[in-house]
Amino acid sequence: MSTCASFQIEHLQYLDAEGKLRAAAPPLAKDFEQLVALYRQMLFVRVFDAKSVALQRTGKLGTYASCLGHEAVHVGVGSALRPEDCFAPSYREYGAQFCRGVQAREVLMYWGGDERGNDYSGPRHDFAWCVPIATQCLHAAGAALAYKLRKEPRAAVCCVGDGGSSKADFYGAINVTGAMTLPLVAVIINNQWAISVPRKAQTGAQTLAQKGIAAGLPCVQVDGNDLIAVRAAMDTALERARKGGGGTVIEAVTYRLSDHTTADDARRYRDDAEVKAAWAREPMKRLRAYLEAHKAWDEKKEEAWKAECAARVDAEVNAYLESKSQPVTAMFDYTYAELPVDLARQREAAIAREQGH
Amino acid sequence: MAQITLIEAVTQALAWEMAHDPAVVVLGEDVGVNGGVFRATQGLQQKFGPERVIDTPLDETTIAGLTVGLAAQGMKPVAEAQFEGFIYPMMEHIACHAARMRTRTRGRLHVPAVYRAPWGGGIRAPEHHSEANEHLFTNIPGLRVVMPSSPARAYGLLLAAIRDPDPVMFFEPKRIYRQYKEEVPDDGEALPLDVCFVLRDGSDVTLVTWGAQVKETLEAADALAKEGISAEVIDLATVKPLDFDTIAESVAKTHRCVIVHEAPRTAGFGAEIAARLAEHSMFDLYAPVERVTGYDTHIPLFRLEMKYLPSVQRIVEAAKRTLTV
Repeated sequence: MSTCASFQIEHLQYLDAEGKLRAAAPPLAKDFEQLVALYRQMLFVRVFDAKSVALQRTGKLGTYASCLGHEAVHVGVGSALRPEDCFAPSYREYGAQFCRGVQAREVLMYWGGDERGNDYSGPRHDFAWCVPIATQCLHAAGAALAYKLRKEPRAAVCCVGDGGSSKADFYGAINVTGAMTLPLVAVIINNQWAISVPRKAQTGAQTLAQKGIAAGLPCVQVDGNDLIAVRAAMDTALERARKGGGGTVIEAVTYRLSDHTTADDARRYRDDAEVKAAWAREPMKRLRAYLEAHKAWDEKKEEAWKAECAARVDAEVNAYLESKSQPVTAMFDYTYAELPVDLARQREAAIAREQGH
Repeated sequence: MAQITLIEAVTQALAWEMAHDPAVVVLGEDVGVNGGVFRATQGLQQKFGPERVIDTPLDETTIAGLTVGLAAQGMKPVAEAQFEGFIYPMMEHIACHAARMRTRTRGRLHVPAVYRAPWGGGIRAPEHHSEANEHLFTNIPGLRVVMPSSPARAYGLLLAAIRDPDPVMFFEPKRIYRQYKEEVPDDGEALPLDVCFVLRDGSDVTLVTWGAQVKETLEAADALAKEGISAEVIDLATVKPLDFDTIAESVAKTHRCVIVHEAPRTAGFGAEIAARLAEHSMFDLYAPVERVTGYDTHIPLFRLEMKYLPSVQRIVEAAKRTLTV
């Protein structure tokens, strides 16, 4: 018997849980101006997220999917993309989307029950939030194929969860990416929980990153709470994709510190001790410690920026709360480019009903 | 001008549109070198290259999802499901994304895609190769469901489907792929979507059908004519959205209606037509609406399939029943 193929999975971590550099770090680790900007973005997301949960608890928002604990991977992914790249999120990657110009009021609009949230200010070609799990991976692969066919130096990036990486759509997307050398970066955000089902119940595979091996793709596991590691992996993968070198699978290991959504109660299925341990590894604290150790950040700046975030979020919340519902005709008007005759009649009936006829 | 079959008309339409619109790409299983298992894409890869006639990995989910992504990013993909019976893994992408993209993004993104599939039974095919399930798609908002019944309509309707800015299910009745030839000018002229075609004028009974059953229905009209009964024959062509006005006008004239379709009876699309006749044409009708359909069974394997499919005799009998009330 001989070995016909062998593989290994690298794990990438630069910044440990205490904020100490553990390996020869990329230039970003010394670019404190950029690191501070990214840290500020992460803090904005955290402030926004807490406010959104509070809005739901007070009846001012529908069900909301919190992103607590995902700030490093979301901002790491979003900040690595160029405007002309294409982002295909699942439904909680606000940190990535804010980097791309999506407004907080649009997130609130979506979870507040209004399709206009998906008509967002980010790159107009980015895909909308995607609730049917992992389907966005194939849409990103289709986008990547479009760019490849048109010879455009653009990449497509999809985010999927540990649970989503069990779906046929995920496997299909990475498989076709390998088969056709598509510029797709598939980021598995392994936050350990798919609602109530733990990571170990999803697959017998040792890592989720290794799923890329079967697709013939380079793959890497990164500490998803380490912004510098996430960015390094993204930068490498995106450069390869834009240059025609094909796709990558990145597994970002993090932890869902919140409930799945505001409709969920995670205390039903996981131990407080596990959550407490995860808080010790969370992404904000370590980056702040690193920045403070290098005199790039301090308590005063922290408090000032938090206050600024709170004011900005309040303005966004107000814009959302003051927005009027769409007219009843809005449910008809985007079903087709041109309304078919029979649907136009249903639209007229709905208008008449509104007018009390 | 060449005489061509329905499947040759499909190929001719694809070739015309690919030659005139660089955004059009064809993708599916075996559509490339092999030209498709029925040869619908015969010669296209040789003519337009492997980047525009794309053999995908063997996964219908992948084909359906790639198509959404391609279309949302400025391409006009024409995806092939190799058989209608293989279309089920595609449905999530069709229903949740292709059909819904425009409305859920308020028009920011849309999916100008065509999903083609050889449809229906009657060719002695193996299991899962003979399904008629257009009714599963006619209930999905945002879709068009189109089914040609002649070479000329296949050409014109497929061109219209590719040019349409919304997703279109294009179901090709494979039983009549090579049934007969007719002259189809390769002039790039599309036919209108969203309208029925009145194939035969009549005054005593309206026969409404689509797809492969157009053949049996026209033969039934011939048989009825020999007995002095004048049948009007309507081919829906675009099943959804339904051009009900054409049916209603016909029934206002004939006062009788028989709906013929291959799919199972319960909640088949004939039920929708019958319901609309009940809502809008009740007082024009002199007799109950008749439906001649597949049975509420799975289409049997081919030793029995012709007993499942609506026959000329069943259509004639139903038409006569409407005239004896």
